[in-house]
Amino acid sequence: MPLPIAPLLGFLSDNLTKRRSVMPMSSRKTTRWAAGLDIPAGGETVLYTGLMYQIIPALTSSEKTMSLVQDSWVGQLLSFGRTVNRFVNLTSFMPPADRQEQKRYDQYLRNIVQLLRKAGVTEFGYLYGSELYTGALVRDLGVDDAFEQHARKVHKMLDRQGVRRVITVDPHTTDMLRNVYPKLVPGYNLEVKSYLEVLRESEARPKNRLESEAVIHDSCLYARYLDTVEQPRRLLEKAGVTARDPEFSGKMTFCCGGPVESLFPDKAGEIAGRRIKQLAEAGNDVVTMCPICLHNLEKAASGNGVSVRDISELLLQAYGG
Amino acid sequence: MARVNTDFIDEVRRSDGFDATACMHCGQCTAICPMGLDLLPRRLFFYVGAGLEDKVIENLETIFSCLLCRLCEENCPRDVHIAEDVRFLRNYINRKVHKLARI
Repeated sequence: MPLPIAPLLGFLSDNLTKRRSVMPMSSRKTTRWAAGLDIPAGGETVLYTGLMYQIIPALTSSEKTMSLVQDSWVGQLLSFGRTVNRFVNLTSFMPPADRQEQKRYDQYLRNIVQLLRKAGVTEFGYLYGSELYTGALVRDLGVDDAFEQHARKVHKMLDRQGVRRVITVDPHTTDMLRNVYPKLVPGYNLEVKSYLEVLRESEARPKNRLESEAVIHDSCLYARYLDTVEQPRRLLEKAGVTARDPEFSGKMTFCCGGPVESLFPDKAGEIAGRRIKQLAEAGNDVVTMCPICLHNLEKAASGNGVSVRDISELLLQAYGG
Repeated sequence: MARVNTDFIDEVRRSDGFDATACMHCGQCTAICPMGLDLLPRRLFFYVGAGLEDKVIENLETIFSCLLCRLCEENCPRDVHIAEDVRFLRNYINRKVHKLARI
């Protein structure tokens, strides 16, 4: 039985409207990755995580819940769940995220801060608990009212904080802040660059040459929405990593399946499985640059002898020194 | 017998969120779709153009299965914004069928 679409959409958009995220999490959990890094609070230029790397480990636990929902009578109760969720945060009753997984995803954000600093980009702050999710999933699912209302909230927050420029860490947040928000929010005028673009433009010099190979999985959004294909390749090449392209790559990259995960987990798994096969034909060491791609491809790769890594990990080995 | 809904046609024409007028139904999008859905997006646009709202709603699951990955757009000889058109239909269904309009 497929997931009941309408109640699930209602559930996600209610969460966005009332709790400002599709997957409400405490700010303690969303900001602890930054502990000890001494990133200044706020400023005209900020690193904007959009909560994407922090949400993934929580999503893993909710997927377990959802696959129960999908296969059983519990699905019938979800419409009731939506009503309850308006008053009680049902997400907080989901099984807690695995601590090791949370630490691993937090580490990717720490890698990015270190990479920027090593490249001489030091003048940026972080909004800590004020930072908001952009609402990308709710927009993708076509719940435009809830999304537009949320986008205005995000803009208001950025405006109040005096932010002029943002450095993003994932393609979904980059697309929302660079391509989508300007069309919706009057007076929106923010310069948005992903950390991969910032690193490419910087004087980043590798301290170690890695002399290895990696298969690049381009994110659909980076490749086709944001024209970011060359930057990760150049950064890897400079570090002595030979970039291997799979059958579908660059502008013609193949989706990881992630976008349909929330409604059709089985279909998402099928697409991820096909993508892993294509990637494995080009090599066993795969790098991704989007937390959703990373998560989906890792799941599909388990037991296939393919390792999937976030590009920040590889770059830090070379540029971190 | 297919039922033509003129209100549906009017709403689509008035909107700046849906525009598949350049589509010549060549089918390259369908051939390359990772989801392998034979409906998407060529026939879907035909239903919309003809005002066959029932047919569109009947294919609700397919419309929500699109990855919005834009692989089809990369190949489209007429530069149709296919993913944005699909997103428009999701929003239409959310308002008309799922009743998610007001919050």
